[in-house]
Amino acid sequence: MSLLVLPIILPLLTAVILLLTLRLPLFQRWVAFLSSVGLLSVAVAIFVEVEKKGIIVFQAGGWPAPFGITLVADLFTSMLLVATGIVGVAVTATGFAGVDPKRESAGYHGLLHVLLMGVSGAFITGDLFNLYVWFEVMLVASFVLISLHRTRAQIEAAFQYVTLNLLASALFLTALGLLYGATGTLNMADLASVLATRQSTALELVLAMLFFTAFGVKAALFPLFFWLPASYHAPPPPIGAIFAGLLTKVGVYSLIRVFTLLFPHAPDGLYQLLLAQAVCTMIIGLVGGFAQKNFRNVLAFNLVGHLGYSTVGLALMSPSVMGGSILYVLHHIFVISNLYLVSGIFLKLYRTTNISVLGSLYKNHPYVSLIAMIPVFSLAGVPPLSGFIGKLGLLRATFGEHAYWTSAIIMITGILTLLLMARLWAESFWKSAPQESKETIGFQMLLPIVFLSVVTIGVSVFAEPLSQLTRRAADQLLNPETYINAVLKEGIHQ
Amino acid sequence: MELLLAISVGVLYGTGLYLMLRRRFAQLIVGLGLLSNGTNLLIFTSGGLTRAHAPVAEEGARSLIQPFADPVPQSLVLTAIVIGFGVLAFSLVLAHRVHKISNTDDIDEIGNS
Repeated sequence: MSLLVLPIILPLLTAVILLLTLRLPLFQRWVAFLSSVGLLSVAVAIFVEVEKKGIIVFQAGGWPAPFGITLVADLFTSMLLVATGIVGVAVTATGFAGVDPKRESAGYHGLLHVLLMGVSGAFITGDLFNLYVWFEVMLVASFVLISLHRTRAQIEAAFQYVTLNLLASALFLTALGLLYGATGTLNMADLASVLATRQSTALELVLAMLFFTAFGVKAALFPLFFWLPASYHAPPPPIGAIFAGLLTKVGVYSLIRVFTLLFPHAPDGLYQLLLAQAVCTMIIGLVGGFAQKNFRNVLAFNLVGHLGYSTVGLALMSPSVMGGSILYVLHHIFVISNLYLVSGIFLKLYRTTNISVLGSLYKNHPYVSLIAMIPVFSLAGVPPLSGFIGKLGLLRATFGEHAYWTSAIIMITGILTLLLMARLWAESFWKSAPQESKETIGFQMLLPIVFLSVVTIGVSVFAEPLSQLTRRAADQLLNPETYINAVLKEGIHQ
Repeated sequence: MELLLAISVGVLYGTGLYLMLRRRFAQLIVGLGLLSNGTNLLIFTSGGLTRAHAPVAEEGARSLIQPFADPVPQSLVLTAIVIGFGVLAFSLVLAHRVHKISNTDDIDEIGNS
């Protein structure tokens, strides 16, 4: 058995155990937490293996490549798996701080693991139809998690989320049908080698646009992002953290994977469109953030804005920019998840995350504020934290590619983020709250935040080796021959 | 035959999307069902329509009898039908829940009021 099946099998078994033991909350919390730790260690093991030996491939059931389902891990995949593990550990650890009992008895912990299974499956699969199936696994788990609510606003949020994501899934499936009709295969490596030998046709453009729209909705890119701010403020903070940190990143991952493999030589207009989309996403997301009066809505718009940074590398198709984008994605996963967990503290203290009611955190809980400062300032891009390094990397790379307009937009949105986070800091940490809260903050609530902050500091300290690593991951993505060879050769030899 | 199926796929997509743009849940959900069926039909058609032999090799034969129907799109459709069914069931339950909470069938009215 290969190491590669474990990121899928482990959460699956855990979910089964958790759904069978709904009456034992404490047991559930421990199983959920320990299994995420297991997932993280498996992810690290895969990463080490990929780092040592190059791309690793597993053919399910021993069927050679284009016929069976292939699991593949390259550097990009394995780094994202490690990030998934880290967010999983942090989010399941919040379970110890208490979960709404109604939610817990409805299978909260099990569903979180189904979600983790869907995310890891999407990252690791080498087959497009299989990717669709993992998307659905992830979506259905997230649908149930987001709609385990009672209030009207939350139900409305769930409805928008469900409808738009289902529409995107239908578009994805349409693209798959047309693609299979045109090529007779759905294995990504095989598709890449088949499409590379063909002249670019109109059908290819249609397919590219379908994938572009379907993944654009999932990744919440301009102009398809409206469902995200409308729904991400509703679920409780740990779920918000895992949604914000991982789900949109799966969309970004699929966009990068499919476009680098299938459409590397698509007509120029396509990549210009992607660039325009990335730039608009940055501007609209961050400008939109200023109009928001709720801590979590500010975060949601911020999240949208920063997703633009993660597709710039794909749009410019250059290894240096792509490396910068991947580094930014990694940094952003930890920081945004952490900030959603911080919003949980405010929710505990003031029962709302409406900015006008928040405040006094710095005065009453100086140490908590000190920890929360790390993700807030990192997202704002204050040196020497990871956000600064990510943005610096992207700026240098875009300048190197002579994409001056893009660099200018990255700088402007950097300043906008700084202003936005400064406003958030002043409003919710510094100003005196209109009404002081008597609630206390337990250490169980703080531990996951400390953990993710330490990871953020780690990303900042080890920025140099990490950026070399992401650069290599980008090289791998932009030279798909190694990926294709690894998948297809391995298949024939078995 | 392909033309006929292509037209029905188009009609299913068109009506599905139109219904999804309506404000009532019931219409939205029916639209969702039509859309997913349109997609299934599209995948089925894209595999090529051959009224021919099953893709099973005869005993002792080394290859299939030409022409044969491609089994892959059919298995894809099967998977898609199962997923579509589950999702449809979920959205029905969600709609029922919304109706119970807000006593309305209008999507625009859930949030306010």
